Amino acid sequence: MISRSRFLLVGCAAAALLSSAGCRYLHQDMADQPKNRPLSPSDFFPDGRSERPPVENTVARGAPADDDLFAPKDSNAFPLPVNQELLERGEERYKIFCSPCHGLQGDGNGTIAMRGMKRPPTYHQDRLRQAPNGYFYDNITNGFGAMYGYSAQIPPRDRWAIIAYVRALQLSRNAKVADLPTALRQKLGQAGFTKPGSEPKPETSTTKESTGGRN
Amino acid sequence: MAQIFHRSTNFIARFSVFSFIFIMGFAVLAVLQAARSPYMTRQNITREQPVQFSHKHHVGDDGIDCRYCHTSVEISAVAGIPPTKTCMNCHSVLFSNAGYLDPVRESYRTDTSIEWVKVHRLADFVYFNHSIHVNKGVGCTTCHGPIDQMPLVFQASTLLMQWCVDCHRNPAPNLRSMDKVFAMDWKPGADQEELGEKFMKERKIRTAAELTSCSTCHR
Repeated sequence: MISRSRFLLVGCAAAALLSSAGCRYLHQDMADQPKNRPLSPSDFFPDGRSERPPVENTVARGAPADDDLFAPKDSNAFPLPVNQELLERGEERYKIFCSPCHGLQGDGNGTIAMRGMKRPPTYHQDRLRQAPNGYFYDNITNGFGAMYGYSAQIPPRDRWAIIAYVRALQLSRNAKVADLPTALRQKLGQAGFTKPGSEPKPETSTTKESTGGRN
Repeated sequence: MAQIFHRSTNFIARFSVFSFIFIMGFAVLAVLQAARSPYMTRQNITREQPVQFSHKHHVGDDGIDCRYCHTSVEISAVAGIPPTKTCMNCHSVLFSNAGYLDPVRESYRTDTSIEWVKVHRLADFVYFNHSIHVNKGVGCTTCHGPIDQMPLVFQASTLLMQWCVDCHRNPAPNLRSMDKVFAMDWKPGADQEELGEKFMKERKIRTAAELTSCSTCHR
Protein backbone atom coordinates (compact mmCIF):
# COMPACT_ATOMS: atom_id res chain seq x y z
CA MET A 1 0.00 0.00 0.00
CA ILE A 2 2.80 2.36 0.89
CA SER A 3 4.58 1.61 -2.36
CA ARG A 4 1.40 2.30 -4.32
CA SER A 5 0.82 5.76 -2.86
CA ARG A 6 4.50 6.57 -3.30
CA PHE A 7 4.23 5.55 -6.93
CA LEU A 8 1.27 7.88 -7.35
CA LEU A 9 3.18 10.70 -5.67
CA VAL A 10 6.20 10.25 -7.92
CA GLY A 11 3.90 10.07 -10.95
CA CYS A 12 2.18 13.31 -10.01
CA ALA A 13 5.50 15.03 -9.40
CA ALA A 14 6.79 13.86 -12.78
CA ALA A 15 3.63 15.08 -14.53
CA ALA A 16 3.83 18.46 -12.79
CA LEU A 17 7.49 18.82 -13.67
CA LEU A 18 6.80 17.94 -17.29
CA SER A 19 3.91 20.36 -17.66
CA SER A 20 5.77 23.19 -15.98
CA ALA A 21 8.76 22.51 -18.19
CA GLY A 22 6.38 22.63 -21.17
CA CYS A 23 4.96 25.97 -20.07
CA ARG A 24 8.40 27.39 -19.56
CA TYR A 25 9.24 26.33 -23.06
CA LEU A 26 6.09 27.85 -24.48
CA HIS A 27 6.32 31.09 -22.58
CA GLN A 28 9.26 33.26 -23.49
CA ASP A 29 9.92 36.19 -21.20
CA MET A 30 12.24 37.98 -23.59
CA ALA A 31 9.54 38.05 -26.24
CA ASP A 32 7.54 40.46 -24.17
CA GLN A 33 9.93 43.09 -22.88
CA PRO A 34 8.82 46.10 -20.85
CA LYS A 35 9.60 48.59 -23.60
CA ASN A 36 7.65 50.57 -26.14
CA ARG A 37 7.67 49.71 -29.79
CA PRO A 38 6.18 51.92 -32.51
CA LEU A 39 2.47 52.59 -31.94
CA SER A 40 2.35 50.40 -28.82
CA PRO A 41 -0.06 51.56 -26.11
CA SER A 42 1.22 53.02 -22.86
CA ASP A 43 -0.50 53.49 -19.54
CA PHE A 44 2.10 56.07 -18.52
CA PHE A 45 0.64 58.94 -20.53
CA PRO A 46 -2.95 60.11 -20.08
CA ASP A 47 -3.80 59.72 -23.78
CA GLY A 48 -2.66 56.08 -23.77
CA ARG A 49 -0.09 56.56 -26.54
CA SER A 50 3.56 55.71 -26.15
CA GLU A 51 4.41 57.95 -29.08
CA ARG A 52 4.46 61.58 -28.09
CA PRO A 53 3.25 64.38 -30.31
CA PRO A 54 6.00 66.93 -30.96
CA VAL A 55 5.91 70.12 -28.94
CA GLU A 56 3.98 72.88 -30.67
CA ASN A 57 5.91 74.80 -33.32
CA THR A 58 8.52 72.07 -33.57
CA VAL A 59 10.44 72.07 -36.84
CA ALA A 60 11.61 68.63 -37.91
CA ARG A 61 15.28 68.17 -38.72
CA GLY A 62 15.80 68.57 -42.41
CA ALA A 63 12.40 70.19 -42.84
CA PRO A 64 13.72 73.71 -43.65
CA ALA A 65 15.11 72.17 -46.84
CA ASP A 66 11.49 71.59 -47.85
CA ASP A 67 10.95 75.35 -47.79
CA ASP A 68 12.75 75.52 -51.11
CA LEU A 69 10.00 73.32 -52.49
CA PHE A 70 7.22 75.60 -51.31
CA ALA A 71 5.34 77.55 -53.93
CA PRO A 72 2.58 80.10 -53.32
CA LYS A 73 -0.85 79.39 -54.73
CA ASP A 74 -0.55 81.78 -57.66
CA SER A 75 3.01 80.93 -58.67
CA ASN A 76 3.67 78.88 -61.76
CA ALA A 77 7.25 78.07 -60.72
CA PHE A 78 8.40 74.46 -60.67
CA PRO A 79 11.22 74.04 -58.14
CA LEU A 80 12.57 70.70 -59.39
CA PRO A 81 14.13 69.63 -62.66
CA VAL A 82 11.52 67.69 -64.63
CA ASN A 83 12.94 64.48 -65.99
CA GLN A 84 11.87 60.91 -66.67
CA GLU A 85 12.71 59.85 -63.13
CA LEU A 86 10.47 62.51 -61.58
CA LEU A 87 7.63 61.68 -63.94
CA GLU A 88 7.85 57.97 -63.13
CA ARG A 89 7.86 58.73 -59.43
CA GLY A 90 4.88 61.01 -60.02
CA GLU A 91 3.01 58.31 -61.91
CA GLU A 92 3.56 55.83 -59.07
CA ARG A 93 2.52 58.30 -56.36
CA TYR A 94 -0.45 59.50 -58.42
CA LYS A 95 -1.70 55.92 -58.73
CA ILE A 96 -1.37 55.38 -54.98
CA PHE A 97 -2.83 58.57 -53.60
CA CYS A 98 -4.85 60.30 -56.32
CA SER A 99 -6.27 57.65 -58.65
CA PRO A 100 -8.80 56.28 -56.13
CA CYS A 101 -10.87 59.45 -56.72
CA HIS A 102 -9.34 61.27 -59.69
CA GLY A 103 -9.12 58.11 -61.80
CA LEU A 104 -6.12 56.68 -63.58
CA GLN A 105 -6.49 59.16 -66.43
CA GLY A 106 -7.46 62.20 -64.40
CA ASP A 107 -11.11 62.28 -65.46
CA GLY A 108 -12.39 62.16 -61.90
CA ASN A 109 -13.92 58.70 -62.30
CA GLY A 110 -11.88 56.72 -59.78
CA THR A 111 -13.42 53.81 -57.86
CA ILE A 112 -14.04 55.89 -54.74
CA ALA A 113 -15.74 58.62 -56.76
CA MET A 114 -17.89 55.87 -58.28
CA ARG A 115 -18.86 54.73 -54.80
CA GLY A 116 -20.41 58.06 -53.96
CA MET A 117 -17.53 60.29 -52.96
CA LYS A 118 -17.95 63.80 -54.30
CA ARG A 119 -16.78 63.48 -57.88
CA PRO A 120 -13.64 65.56 -58.44
CA PRO A 121 -13.41 67.73 -61.55
CA THR A 122 -11.53 66.36 -64.53
CA TYR A 123 -8.03 67.68 -65.11
CA HIS A 124 -8.83 67.93 -68.81
CA GLN A 125 -10.58 71.26 -68.68
CA ASP A 126 -9.29 74.72 -69.45
CA ARG A 127 -9.60 76.03 -65.90
CA LEU A 128 -7.19 73.39 -64.59
CA ARG A 129 -4.95 73.41 -67.67
CA GLN A 130 -4.35 77.08 -67.01
CA ALA A 131 -4.14 76.83 -63.21
CA PRO A 132 -0.60 77.57 -61.98
CA ASN A 133 1.54 74.80 -60.48
CA GLY A 134 1.30 76.44 -57.06
CA TYR A 135 -2.47 75.96 -57.16
CA PHE A 136 -2.02 72.19 -57.38
CA TYR A 137 0.67 72.26 -54.71
CA ASP A 138 -1.61 74.16 -52.37
CA ASN A 139 -4.51 71.79 -52.96
CA ILE A 140 -2.44 68.67 -52.34
CA THR A 141 -0.99 70.21 -49.17
CA ASN A 142 -4.08 71.79 -47.66
CA GLY A 143 -6.94 70.04 -49.40
CA PHE A 144 -9.74 71.45 -51.49
CA GLY A 145 -13.50 71.01 -51.15
CA ALA A 146 -14.26 67.47 -50.02
CA MET A 147 -10.60 66.49 -50.37
CA TYR A 148 -8.61 66.60 -47.16
CA GLY A 149 -5.01 67.78 -47.22
CA TYR A 150 -2.39 65.15 -48.06
CA SER A 151 0.58 66.81 -46.40
CA ALA A 152 0.89 63.95 -43.90
CA GLN A 153 0.84 61.27 -46.59
CA ILE A 154 2.82 62.88 -49.41
CA PRO A 155 6.15 64.64 -48.76
CA PRO A 156 6.83 67.88 -50.74
CA ARG A 157 9.10 66.26 -53.34
CA ASP A 158 6.45 63.69 -54.19
CA ARG A 159 3.81 66.42 -54.42
CA TRP A 160 5.84 68.03 -57.19
CA ALA A 161 6.34 64.67 -58.86
CA ILE A 162 2.57 64.22 -58.86
CA ILE A 163 2.05 67.71 -60.29
CA ALA A 164 4.49 66.91 -63.09
CA TYR A 165 2.55 63.73 -63.85
CA VAL A 166 -0.80 65.55 -63.79
CA ARG A 167 0.65 68.03 -66.29
CA ALA A 168 1.71 65.06 -68.44
CA LEU A 169 -1.82 63.65 -68.22
CA GLN A 170 -3.23 66.99 -69.30
CA LEU A 171 -0.81 67.21 -72.18
CA SER A 172 -1.70 63.69 -73.29
CA ARG A 173 -5.13 64.91 -74.42
CA ASN A 174 -4.23 68.39 -75.52
CA ALA A 175 -1.01 68.08 -77.48
CA LYS A 176 -0.38 69.45 -80.94
CA VAL A 177 0.81 66.95 -83.51
CA ALA A 178 3.55 69.44 -84.35
CA ASP A 179 4.96 68.93 -80.82
CA LEU A 180 5.66 65.24 -81.45
CA PRO A 181 9.13 64.06 -82.41
CA THR A 182 9.52 63.53 -86.14
CA ALA A 183 9.61 59.74 -85.92
CA LEU A 184 6.32 59.59 -84.02
CA ARG A 185 4.72 62.16 -86.32
CA GLN A 186 5.57 60.06 -89.36
CA LYS A 187 4.17 56.97 -87.66
CA LEU A 188 0.96 58.85 -87.00
CA GLY A 189 0.79 59.96 -90.62
CA GLN A 190 1.38 56.43 -91.89
CA ALA A 191 -1.42 55.13 -89.70
CA GLY A 192 -3.65 57.61 -91.50
CA PHE A 193 -4.94 59.35 -88.39
CA THR A 194 -4.02 62.87 -89.30
CA LYS A 195 -1.79 64.88 -91.57
CA PRO A 196 1.56 65.87 -90.02
CA GLY A 197 1.37 69.34 -88.53
CA SER A 198 -2.41 69.54 -88.28
CA GLU A 199 -4.22 70.45 -85.08
CA PRO A 200 -6.09 67.88 -83.02
CA LYS A 201 -9.83 68.30 -82.64
CA PRO A 202 -10.50 70.46 -79.55
CA GLU A 203 -12.45 68.71 -76.82
CA THR A 204 -16.01 69.92 -76.79
CA SER A 205 -17.13 68.90 -73.33
CA THR A 206 -14.94 69.41 -70.27
CA THR A 207 -16.69 66.69 -68.29
CA LYS A 208 -16.43 64.12 -71.04
CA GLU A 209 -15.89 60.73 -69.52
CA SER A 210 -13.22 58.38 -70.61
CA THR A 211 -14.43 54.98 -71.63
CA GLY A 212 -11.10 53.53 -70.64
CA GLY A 213 -11.67 53.34 -66.91
CA ARG A 214 -9.32 51.44 -64.69
CA ASN A 215 -7.25 48.66 -66.05
CA MET B 1 0.87 -13.90 3.03
CA ALA B 2 -1.09 -14.23 -0.21
CA GLN B 3 0.21 -12.66 -3.37
CA ILE B 4 -1.44 -9.35 -4.18
CA PHE B 5 -0.58 -9.36 -7.89
CA HIS B 6 -1.03 -12.19 -10.34
CA ARG B 7 2.05 -13.44 -12.24
CA SER B 8 0.75 -11.88 -15.45
CA THR B 9 1.22 -8.39 -14.01
CA ASN B 10 4.95 -8.94 -14.32
CA PHE B 11 4.51 -8.33 -18.02
CA ILE B 12 2.66 -5.08 -17.42
CA ALA B 13 5.42 -3.92 -15.10
CA ARG B 14 8.17 -4.71 -17.61
CA PHE B 15 6.18 -3.25 -20.47
CA SER B 16 5.49 -0.01 -18.64
CA VAL B 17 9.20 0.44 -17.84
CA PHE B 18 10.01 -0.11 -21.49
CA SER B 19 7.22 2.08 -22.84
CA PHE B 20 8.06 4.89 -20.42
CA ILE B 21 10.87 5.95 -22.75
CA PHE B 22 8.41 6.24 -25.62
CA ILE B 23 5.80 8.01 -23.55
CA MET B 24 8.39 10.61 -22.51
CA GLY B 25 9.51 10.90 -26.09
CA PHE B 26 5.95 11.54 -27.25
CA ALA B 27 5.44 14.05 -24.47
CA VAL B 28 8.46 16.05 -25.61
CA LEU B 29 7.28 15.85 -29.22
CA ALA B 30 3.81 16.97 -28.20
CA VAL B 31 5.22 20.04 -26.46
CA LEU B 32 7.37 20.89 -29.49
CA GLN B 33 4.42 20.46 -31.85
CA ALA B 34 2.16 22.50 -29.59
CA ALA B 35 4.62 25.39 -29.74
CA ARG B 36 4.36 25.34 -33.54
CA SER B 37 0.61 24.91 -33.67
CA PRO B 38 -1.72 27.73 -34.75
CA TYR B 39 -2.92 27.78 -31.14
CA MET B 40 0.46 29.18 -30.11
CA THR B 41 1.53 31.02 -33.29
CA ARG B 42 -1.99 32.45 -33.78
CA GLN B 43 -1.77 31.57 -37.45
CA ASN B 44 -5.08 31.76 -39.37
CA ILE B 45 -6.95 33.22 -36.40
CA THR B 46 -8.85 36.45 -37.05
CA ARG B 47 -8.88 39.04 -34.28
CA GLU B 48 -11.83 41.12 -33.18
CA GLN B 49 -11.10 44.75 -34.02
CA PRO B 50 -12.71 47.89 -32.62
CA VAL B 51 -13.97 48.61 -36.15
CA GLN B 52 -14.72 45.80 -38.57
CA PHE B 53 -12.26 47.10 -41.12
CA SER B 54 -12.25 44.94 -44.24
CA HIS B 55 -9.09 44.76 -46.30
CA LYS B 56 -11.09 42.73 -48.80
CA HIS B 57 -13.32 45.72 -49.43
CA HIS B 58 -10.65 48.42 -49.49
CA VAL B 59 -7.93 46.51 -51.33
CA GLY B 60 -9.83 43.86 -53.26
CA ASP B 61 -12.99 45.74 -54.27
CA ASP B 62 -11.77 49.35 -54.31
CA GLY B 63 -8.22 48.67 -55.51
CA ILE B 64 -6.57 51.05 -53.06
CA ASP B 65 -2.80 50.62 -52.91
CA CYS B 66 -1.25 49.38 -49.63
CA ARG B 67 0.79 52.57 -49.40
CA TYR B 68 -2.25 54.85 -49.37
CA CYS B 69 -2.64 53.97 -45.68
CA HIS B 70 0.63 52.24 -44.74
CA THR B 71 2.65 55.25 -45.88
CA SER B 72 5.92 54.49 -44.14
CA VAL B 73 6.38 50.93 -45.40
CA GLU B 74 9.03 51.95 -47.96
CA ILE B 75 11.08 54.22 -45.72
CA SER B 76 10.78 52.81 -42.22
CA ALA B 77 10.94 49.66 -40.13
CA VAL B 78 7.20 49.78 -39.51
CA ALA B 79 4.54 49.94 -42.20
CA GLY B 80 2.50 52.23 -39.99
CA ILE B 81 -1.13 52.19 -38.94
CA PRO B 82 -2.84 55.18 -40.56
CA PRO B 83 -4.10 58.03 -38.40
CA THR B 84 -7.88 58.38 -38.22
CA LYS B 85 -7.63 61.30 -40.63
CA THR B 86 -6.72 58.86 -43.42
CA CYS B 87 -10.04 57.08 -42.82
CA MET B 88 -11.84 60.41 -42.91
CA ASN B 89 -10.33 61.27 -46.32
CA CYS B 90 -13.18 59.18 -47.73
CA HIS B 91 -15.45 58.49 -44.78
CA SER B 92 -16.23 62.13 -44.13
CA VAL B 93 -18.55 61.60 -47.09
CA LEU B 94 -18.93 57.84 -47.60
CA PHE B 95 -20.89 55.87 -44.95
CA SER B 96 -20.93 59.07 -42.92
CA ASN B 97 -23.95 57.94 -40.92
CA ALA B 98 -23.18 54.21 -40.71
CA GLY B 99 -23.29 53.04 -37.11
CA TYR B 100 -20.29 50.77 -37.35
CA LEU B 101 -18.06 53.73 -38.19
CA ASP B 102 -19.03 55.52 -34.96
CA PRO B 103 -15.67 54.68 -33.32
CA VAL B 104 -13.86 56.27 -36.29
CA ARG B 105 -15.79 59.53 -36.10
CA GLU B 106 -15.51 59.52 -32.31
CA SER B 107 -11.75 59.11 -32.62
CA TYR B 108 -11.49 61.96 -35.13
CA ARG B 109 -13.70 64.26 -33.08
CA THR B 110 -11.97 63.70 -29.75
CA ASP B 111 -8.41 63.12 -31.04
CA THR B 112 -8.12 59.73 -29.35
CA SER B 113 -6.56 56.65 -30.88
CA ILE B 114 -8.56 53.76 -32.24
CA GLU B 115 -7.04 50.80 -30.42
CA TRP B 116 -6.50 48.37 -33.27
CA VAL B 117 -5.49 44.87 -32.27
CA LYS B 118 -2.07 43.92 -33.56
CA VAL B 119 -2.25 40.82 -35.74
CA HIS B 120 1.36 40.28 -36.81
CA ARG B 121 3.27 40.44 -33.59
CA LEU B 122 6.94 39.50 -33.54
CA ALA B 123 8.86 38.81 -30.37
CA ASP B 124 10.51 41.89 -28.86
CA PHE B 125 13.98 40.50 -29.56
CA VAL B 126 13.34 40.52 -33.32
CA TYR B 127 14.15 43.72 -35.20
CA PHE B 128 12.18 43.34 -38.38
CA ASN B 129 12.39 46.13 -40.95
CA HIS B 130 9.70 46.51 -43.62
CA SER B 131 11.61 48.96 -45.80
CA ILE B 132 14.56 46.69 -46.57
CA HIS B 133 12.28 43.82 -47.58
CA VAL B 134 10.05 45.98 -49.78
CA ASN B 135 12.98 47.80 -51.40
CA LYS B 136 14.75 44.54 -52.25
CA GLY B 137 11.64 43.18 -53.94
CA VAL B 138 9.88 40.98 -51.39
CA GLY B 139 6.18 41.60 -51.91
CA CYS B 140 3.49 42.21 -49.29
CA THR B 141 1.58 39.01 -50.01
CA THR B 142 4.70 36.86 -49.63
CA CYS B 143 4.44 37.28 -45.86
CA HIS B 144 0.95 38.65 -45.31
CA GLY B 145 -0.92 36.33 -47.67
CA PRO B 146 -3.87 37.32 -49.85
CA ILE B 147 -4.80 40.45 -47.91
CA ASP B 148 -7.20 41.49 -50.67
CA GLN B 149 -9.37 38.50 -49.81
CA MET B 150 -9.44 38.95 -46.04
CA PRO B 151 -12.55 40.60 -44.60
CA LEU B 152 -10.77 40.55 -41.23
CA VAL B 153 -7.02 40.20 -41.30
CA PHE B 154 -5.42 37.08 -39.97
CA GLN B 155 -1.82 36.01 -39.83
CA ALA B 156 -1.22 33.92 -42.93
CA SER B 157 2.28 32.79 -41.96
CA THR B 158 3.53 31.10 -38.83
CA LEU B 159 6.03 33.93 -38.10
CA LEU B 160 8.24 31.26 -36.55
CA MET B 161 11.98 31.78 -36.81
CA GLN B 162 12.17 28.73 -39.02
CA TRP B 163 9.84 30.46 -41.46
CA CYS B 164 12.01 33.61 -41.52
CA VAL B 165 15.20 31.63 -41.96
CA ASP B 166 13.76 29.51 -44.78
CA CYS B 167 13.64 32.64 -46.92
CA HIS B 168 16.85 34.17 -45.57
CA ARG B 169 18.72 31.05 -46.68
CA ASN B 170 17.37 31.37 -50.21
CA PRO B 171 15.47 34.59 -50.98
CA ALA B 172 15.55 34.21 -54.78
CA PRO B 173 12.15 32.47 -55.20
CA ASN B 174 10.41 35.35 -53.41
CA LEU B 175 11.99 38.26 -55.28
CA ARG B 176 9.70 40.16 -57.64
CA SER B 177 10.27 42.83 -60.21
CA MET B 178 10.00 46.18 -58.42
CA ASP B 179 6.68 47.16 -59.98
CA LYS B 180 5.03 44.01 -58.63
CA VAL B 181 6.00 44.35 -54.97
CA PHE B 182 2.61 45.76 -53.97
CA ALA B 183 0.63 43.64 -56.41
CA MET B 184 -1.89 41.29 -54.84
CA ASP B 185 -1.98 38.79 -57.70
CA TRP B 186 1.73 38.08 -58.17
CA LYS B 187 2.68 34.47 -58.72
CA PRO B 188 6.16 33.25 -59.60
CA GLY B 189 6.40 32.59 -63.31
CA ALA B 190 8.22 29.75 -65.06
CA ASP B 191 11.36 31.90 -65.27
CA GLN B 192 11.37 32.79 -61.57
CA GLU B 193 14.53 30.80 -60.88
CA GLU B 194 16.45 32.76 -63.50
CA LEU B 195 14.84 36.10 -62.53
CA GLY B 196 15.50 35.49 -58.85
CA GLU B 197 19.19 34.99 -59.47
CA LYS B 198 19.28 38.14 -61.61
CA PHE B 199 17.54 40.21 -58.91
CA MET B 200 19.91 38.81 -56.27
CA LYS B 201 22.86 40.24 -58.21
CA GLU B 202 21.20 43.47 -59.35
CA ARG B 203 19.97 44.41 -55.90
CA LYS B 204 23.18 43.29 -54.20
CA ILE B 205 21.38 40.95 -51.82
CA ARG B 206 23.74 39.57 -49.20
CA THR B 207 24.91 35.99 -49.01
CA ALA B 208 22.96 33.35 -47.09
CA ALA B 209 25.71 33.39 -44.44
CA GLU B 210 25.19 37.10 -43.83
CA LEU B 211 21.40 36.91 -44.01
CA THR B 212 21.29 34.10 -41.47
CA SER B 213 23.80 35.68 -39.11
CA CYS B 214 22.23 36.15 -35.63
CA SER B 215 22.71 39.90 -35.56
CA THR B 216 20.85 40.39 -38.84
CA CYS B 217 17.60 40.06 -36.90
CA HIS B 218 18.61 40.00 -33.22
CA ARG B 219 20.44 43.03 -31.88
